[in-house]
Amino acid sequence: MQEVELQDILTAREDGDYIINIGPQHPSTHGVLRFVVSLKGETLEYVIPHCGYIHRGIEKMCERLTYPQIIHLTDRMDYLSAHMNNEAVSLAVEKGLGIEVPDRVKYIRTILSELQRLASHQLWWAAFGMDLGGLTCFFYGLRDREKILDIFEESFGSRLLHSYICPGGLMNDIHPNFQKRTKDFITYFRKKLPEYDELLTGNIIFEQRTKNIGILSKEEAVGYGLTGPSGRGSGFACDIRKRFPYSAYDKVNFKEILYNEGDTWARYKVRMDEMWESMRIIEQLIDNIPEGDFTAKMKPIIRLPEGEYHQRVETARGELGVYIISTGEKNPYRMHFRTPNFSNLFVMNRLAAGFKIADLIAISGSLDLVIPDIDR
Amino acid sequence: MPFNIYDFSTTTKAVDEFLKANMSPTWAFITELTIVGLVFLIFYAIVGLYLVYAERKVCAFMQNRVGPNRVGKWGLFQTIADLIKLLMKELITIKKADKLLYNVAPFIVIIASFMAIAAIPFAKGLHAVDFNIGVFYMMAVSSIGVVGILIAGWSSNSKYSLIGAMRSGAQVVSYELSVGLALVSVVIFSGSMQLSTIVESQANGWWIFKGHLPAIVAFFMFLIASTAEINRGPFDLAEAESELTAGFHTEYSGIKFAFFFLSEFMNMFIVASLAATVFLGGWMPLHIGNLEAFNRIMDFIPPIFWYFGKTIFVIYLIMWFKWTFPRLRIDQLLNLEWKYLLPINLVNTLLIAFLVLMGWYFK
Amino acid sequence: MEKEQLAQILAELVPGLEINSSKEILEVKAASNTWHELAGKLASDPRLQFNYLHNLYGVDWQTYFTVIAYLDSTILGYSLIVRTEVADHDNPSLDTISDIWITANFQEREIYDLLGISFSNHPDLRRLFLEDGWGFPLRKDYKDDINFIER
Repeated sequence: MQEVELQDILTAREDGDYIINIGPQHPSTHGVLRFVVSLKGETLEYVIPHCGYIHRGIEKMCERLTYPQIIHLTDRMDYLSAHMNNEAVSLAVEKGLGIEVPDRVKYIRTILSELQRLASHQLWWAAFGMDLGGLTCFFYGLRDREKILDIFEESFGSRLLHSYICPGGLMNDIHPNFQKRTKDFITYFRKKLPEYDELLTGNIIFEQRTKNIGILSKEEAVGYGLTGPSGRGSGFACDIRKRFPYSAYDKVNFKEILYNEGDTWARYKVRMDEMWESMRIIEQLIDNIPEGDFTAKMKPIIRLPEGEYHQRVETARGELGVYIISTGEKNPYRMHFRTPNFSNLFVMNRLAAGFKIADLIAISGSLDLVIPDIDR
Repeated sequence: MPFNIYDFSTTTKAVDEFLKANMSPTWAFITELTIVGLVFLIFYAIVGLYLVYAERKVCAFMQNRVGPNRVGKWGLFQTIADLIKLLMKELITIKKADKLLYNVAPFIVIIASFMAIAAIPFAKGLHAVDFNIGVFYMMAVSSIGVVGILIAGWSSNSKYSLIGAMRSGAQVVSYELSVGLALVSVVIFSGSMQLSTIVESQANGWWIFKGHLPAIVAFFMFLIASTAEINRGPFDLAEAESELTAGFHTEYSGIKFAFFFLSEFMNMFIVASLAATVFLGGWMPLHIGNLEAFNRIMDFIPPIFWYFGKTIFVIYLIMWFKWTFPRLRIDQLLNLEWKYLLPINLVNTLLIAFLVLMGWYFK
Repeated sequence: MEKEQLAQILAELVPGLEINSSKEILEVKAASNTWHELAGKLASDPRLQFNYLHNLYGVDWQTYFTVIAYLDSTILGYSLIVRTEVADHDNPSLDTISDIWITANFQEREIYDLLGISFSNHPDLRRLFLEDGWGFPLRKDYKDDINFIER
């Protein structure tokens, strides 16, 4: 069906365009996303993103599930920011119930979010390097990410889809080794992160491939709703952790990384610097986790009072908003997710048009798209 | 000459005489051709397969991995197992492909690399043909390969393939200039195009040492330009897998794909052995000035080891590039050639001609 | 207080606007025919400068639809929720605000895709995730005999 509509667009354009489909099965779209691009030689005329290949109707499914069940669905949106997704729903539900979670929970949630952000950025770096043809990057990134996943695995038995943060607190308490292993990891990664720079950042080919490619001004970034590291690369101060602090982010001291160039290089640098900041946040919290319960007192069945609740959190890719409309039942009347990748995807045409086909890959890599998060 | 003990021409002459004594001249000639053909075929297959193995091991080494380690000791038979798998895979033919050209293309590519091997002097007296225009022949033959790539890309009737092929065409045509000019510099030094003569001229020192800075510049120009010419990273735009999935051989499967794959590795071998022959003295041992004892010891290492040692060194360099650099963009690639490499090469060639004219180099 | 200040500015800007300041964030309710006009004022007024639409979504209330926009002013630091009701449940239609905030273009496409509210003057109103001819799954009367298990 989409083909027919596409044909309308194509016939509206002048004849002789060289149309190619990048995706849905393509090594560099990182999932089932399709770009329809028109080429003049190697130069892109326009880029039309087509999504929906992994649309599972999560919002509709939420309407029939209870809040603790919804947690497990949110893992599957942005599977590289599973903790943040869980946290967003949990915070929204807690806000609706008027529950204050123990400090211990807040600290652990913040540490987990930052560890998840580190893991996500490592995978992004690995894949970004590979998109640009530096295949060795992939293994460096995964090598270090494995360490974080091992910590996760020990504490809550899963490596990717955790469903660990739930309304009221956490599923269970952290493993006794958690603090020690996290500290060991930070010491280890502080030594390894400069290797990333040595391998990719200083490389002249890499600089030429990324500098002045896909430039977006701050005003446009705001207009497109480009959030997260991608937005901050354009100078858009959109860090929810700073602007509307949640969990323990008001207790830590960290810098919001901003670059004003707005090109692929700036988006790259924002993420690289964010990894240092994430490590700083974890270091500030890891020794000070207060003793106490790992969950607040909760009723077995959660019924949100009638009304609208929303919560914004910062995932590894940008602003995630959770919007719940409750009619007092045990399942939401309407649940909406404002996912970061959804807004981030649609700047593709604006960013990539006029550049070369290789730049399309660099740009989409620098936006760090996770496709299930777009389609939901 | 001290390394006469390793002269292969006596062996080949003995075989020749033996055959001529036992057969009519025509049959002897045919038998010789068959033997040479078979030897090269086997050599080609073994070198190709073990280059793939070497590449996988080198890349594993660069990437904190172990690499192939299951089939045979240290995974030595992994590539052979891969080859058997590729042989048994279905040959998928595209419906709207140009059947004839689609099937011919892999052969053109592989024949081009096969022909180039013929002229390589592996050791004293060990080469199939010793043209007096050896360098020119290598240049000419190795550029036939791109015709195969263009045909493969066009006949596949796939847009990715076509873009890959066009990139490859643009790339090879431009980088051929730099490769040629870099080789010309040594031709000027040695005064000959015959590969065996070029090797002989390095008996008292390799050209990269004898030719001052210009020779070193020419060596690096050759290395960069030839890496581009064989479509290897960071210049692997023709098959840039993150952009074009697999470039010109997207639509090939089974043994036809294996042909492209093998010939790519053989091209790397040819380029490396050409660099070794022309700049690093070929099968000539390393001699340092008047250190007689040292030179004697070096002479006892057979030339075939010298030759392969140097070639493997250059191959390792080329692999090192691939696994550490990101890929260039097409316009940057062409800029690099036309705006930087070519002018530098032209000036360099001029400089070398001047040096040779004045005799300001080690003879 | 910031919220009261904002409410005052809004009341001056659009007389007769329904303002609800009891919640965490100020809420205003626009009539569906003034939706586009109000959005334009919110974005362009120098005292408001709501330049960042971070969310736009719709709700099916069986007899009517609600469309809710969450606005931020990154310059002045205000937040605002704007809502409107689309009364016609059979042929819901609303003016597009994608000319004011670019990101609305795609969020409106999502609403069109999942709820079936068509946005007039939208530059590119196509289905986003689903095929043409598919129902509108987020409507409460959406039925799927194969994939739904009635409890």
